[in-house]
Amino acid sequence: MSEHHKETFITKYIFSQDHKMIAKQFLITGMFMAVIGMIMSALFRLQLANPGQSFAILEMLLGKWAPGGVLDPSMYLALVTMHGTILVFWVLTAGLSGTFANFLIPLQIGARDMASGFLNMLSYWFFFLATVVLLWSLFVETGPASGGWTIYPPLSALPQAIPGSGTGMTLWLTSIALFIVGSLLGSLNYIVTILNLRTKGMSMQRLPLTIWAILLTAILGVLSFPVLLAAALLLIMDRSFGTSFYLSDIIINGEVLHNAGGSPILFEHLFWFLGHPEVYIILLPALGIVSEVIAVNSRKPIFGYKAMVGALLAIAFLSFIVWGHHMFMTGMNPFLGSVFTFTTLLIAIPSAIKVFNYLATLWKGNIQFTPAMLFAIALVSTFITGGLTGLILGDSALDINVHDTYFVVGHFHIVMGLTAIYGMFAGVYHWFPKMYGRMMNKNFGYIHFWGTFISAYGVFFPMHFLGLAGLPRRYYTNSAFPMFDGLTDINSVITFFALSGAAFQLIFIFNFFYSIFKGTKAKQNPWRSNTLEWTAPIERIHGNWPGEIPHVYRWPYDYSKPGADEDFVPQNQPLKEGEVEH
Amino acid sequence: MTNILIAIIVFLIIALLVQILRVSELLSEINNTDVNEVTDEDNNTQGKLYLAITFIFLGFVIWQMVYWNHFLLPGASSVHGEIIDGLMSFTMNLILVVFFILTPLLFYYAFKYRGKKTNTAYFYSHNNKLEIIWTIVPTIVLSCVIVYGLQTWNKAMNPDTSQSKVIEIYAKQFDWTARYSGSDNQLGKANYKLVKGRNQLGVDLNDEKSEDDIVVREVHLVKDQSVLLKFRSRDVIHSAYLPHFRVQMNCVPGMNTQFAFTPTQTTAEMKEQEGEDFEFILLCNKICGVAHYNMQMKFVVETQEEYDAWIAEQKTLKNTLTLK
Ligand code: HEM
Ligand SMILES: [Cu+2]
Ligand SMILES: [Cu+2]
Repeated sequence: MSEHHKETFITKYIFSQDHKMIAKQFLITGMFMAVIGMIMSALFRLQLANPGQSFAILEMLLGKWAPGGVLDPSMYLALVTMHGTILVFWVLTAGLSGTFANFLIPLQIGARDMASGFLNMLSYWFFFLATVVLLWSLFVETGPASGGWTIYPPLSALPQAIPGSGTGMTLWLTSIALFIVGSLLGSLNYIVTILNLRTKGMSMQRLPLTIWAILLTAILGVLSFPVLLAAALLLIMDRSFGTSFYLSDIIINGEVLHNAGGSPILFEHLFWFLGHPEVYIILLPALGIVSEVIAVNSRKPIFGYKAMVGALLAIAFLSFIVWGHHMFMTGMNPFLGSVFTFTTLLIAIPSAIKVFNYLATLWKGNIQFTPAMLFAIALVSTFITGGLTGLILGDSALDINVHDTYFVVGHFHIVMGLTAIYGMFAGVYHWFPKMYGRMMNKNFGYIHFWGTFISAYGVFFPMHFLGLAGLPRRYYTNSAFPMFDGLTDINSVITFFALSGAAFQLIFIFNFFYSIFKGTKAKQNPWRSNTLEWTAPIERIHGNWPGEIPHVYRWPYDYSKPGADEDFVPQNQPLKEGEVEH
Repeated sequence: MTNILIAIIVFLIIALLVQILRVSELLSEINNTDVNEVTDEDNNTQGKLYLAITFIFLGFVIWQMVYWNHFLLPGASSVHGEIIDGLMSFTMNLILVVFFILTPLLFYYAFKYRGKKTNTAYFYSHNNKLEIIWTIVPTIVLSCVIVYGLQTWNKAMNPDTSQSKVIEIYAKQFDWTARYSGSDNQLGKANYKLVKGRNQLGVDLNDEKSEDDIVVREVHLVKDQSVLLKFRSRDVIHSAYLPHFRVQMNCVPGMNTQFAFTPTQTTAEMKEQEGEDFEFILLCNKICGVAHYNMQMKFVVETQEEYDAWIAEQKTLKNTLTLK
């Protein structure tokens, strides 16, 4: 594989087995889905701030789902559901992991490619199929799935309960099954590659934190996604083959169903056994990316490398025993609730360690404000803000009153949504030169960052107040309850920032595509970074390094090391006489 | 027409952006510099912007806390709710303190250590003592949160229900129905297969406990008297949410769930405190279909006399069903 063998257009750009091309395929698909998800959110935000008001644009885009320009309630739920599904799975799981795991693993560990280029290619094409099926579901007669991204049965099982649970839900489940297959193929490949193909000298203790984070993400994925697949298969059985895994004692639309003995709560357990690790599948790669970006741009070693790895391990382990915190109000035995409260609040400890270590890394740094670094610091901020509200939600006694309110929506958009998106932006700005050989425009990056950062807090911080006012999530309008009348004020603020935030993304998209073709040419190591990917030539070659793969002699964080000639020492430079490894 | 206009404007904006990019790149080519290189000047501006954002962001947070405070739910109107409120203000204060320390610290570091060509960073890779301190301190603080939290949870979830009045809350798309257990304080058996005609709850009329059951569309409670709510659902999962009482429990088809509490304020007292429009409301808090946003039932808390007068007017289920 080491030779740069002949490529045709098809093997180079479409059915490529080169990890760098596959990474770009994931990135572009993820960005495309992000735009769709963002447009959906803009549409339902319009409704929330202006209940019942008519907007020509709604009718133009949604046709019969917005008669007279007023959003139909079932389409509102469909938009919320698809927005959540797209952002959680398509953008922040496949888009984020798919891009950076594929791009960085071989380049940072010093490998020619993934362990299996073929499986890697399959992983993308399963994802692509899943995408096609999901998008197709937007156009079916009864509308796309609309029971929330958590698709709890019986609502999701019964077409009589909500129109979206007809064909739309069948397609949703098909799509997610394909998605999971793709994700598993990818994850297995990532794990095998990281464990087996590291270059000489790249011991686990010298792995960049990005790779540690990606490794743990992949392990979480392999252990938890199959459970969601099982849950989805059982749901398909209930929907189409008359079984009763999740259904019992139901009358719907006057029709008495024969199902007996099933339990919807079983589904919730299976769903959240994936669902909670899933939020860390989203979070960890972002934390990994940012550990790298912060160290490089502070020109300092990441503080407490071992503690950072330990915290990642602790978070990954704990994330498997906390899923019940999504189910405190299902009538579970209060003792079980206590156990989940205990394990859940424990996660705050490794999270706190990570935050303190990031702060210590910035301390006495020589901070270079690349656009990536701006996003990295913002990530630490959202991780703090959102992690803290987790302390309220994780406390079962407090969750009684905030469960399923906008407080939860505020919490997870900040701690997961923004944190992961910022990590993704940081990653794109940071590795763009490596991906495309050109630079993204810095000043546009600055404008994009500040616009996004301000708008995003403007959207999600106020949601805590809505939640503390008692407003449930997934309400088409809050005008049905006089007690919520004043809240339209808050909703208008949120919608204003949501639209402005969306506008700033256009700048990013423009900068991205402009720079692919017209950006200024990148130097080989523009950020003066230590990791191996920057020792490879700027031209894309299959096999990554033209000659031998570099050997590794040190950890990746020798920045501003006393005694070194420059303020960075790449990993492939041997230790000097008498030099100690950090 | 407007669409064409919008398209033209978007096109012009994009053209403008391209030109700005071109010009800045050309300028830097003339000056022999790299536009995308981060200069000391950039570091200076961005660092200062981070300092500015500290004030803007924290100012925005404080502004919300001041101006939106009146939107928040009033203090709890139930015995366990008051305990929960105590835990809430403890936790909220704690996280606010941490938030108001860490956020400015982070942004201040960004400002303070903004880079300069002439500076060098301080090579500092770890400090075990420091790291142990900031593992142990959060552990201790969290232990307090956990212990306080679990105590509260146990009090809220395991109240003494031996004296509670039993009321069933029945959920279906998209409304609520309540069934009082009557003078025997025991609900008659019910089964979804028995739902028919006016017997919308599927109550088993052969069960003598059901004879005095009363079905209503508005729940009246007596101040300071404990109630045990028992929940059932006919179709999908709903969640019975009574925010003013700090009560929430899912209603799951095929399963029975319950929640006991004691109201401490009458509706009249709350109206005095919160305004004439105030009502205790039961909402649905689990997505359950198209009209999920409008699934409500009024709760009224009153004195024993008022309650007695009200309940005396209600017909028992048996009465309603046998009445032609
Ligand atoms: C200190 C750490 C955290 C704690 C204690 C915590 C606790 C919780 C709890 C208890 C809930 C359920 C709330 C409810 O439904 O009533 C929740 C929701 C959620 N959390 Fe966290 N969380 C923490 C950090 C995170 C992180 C780091 C992420 C993601 C990266 C995250 C993502 C989510 C998501 C996505 C939901 C909502 C899911 C839904 O219902 O749609 N949380 N969190
Ligand atoms: Cu969770
Ligand atoms: Cu409902």
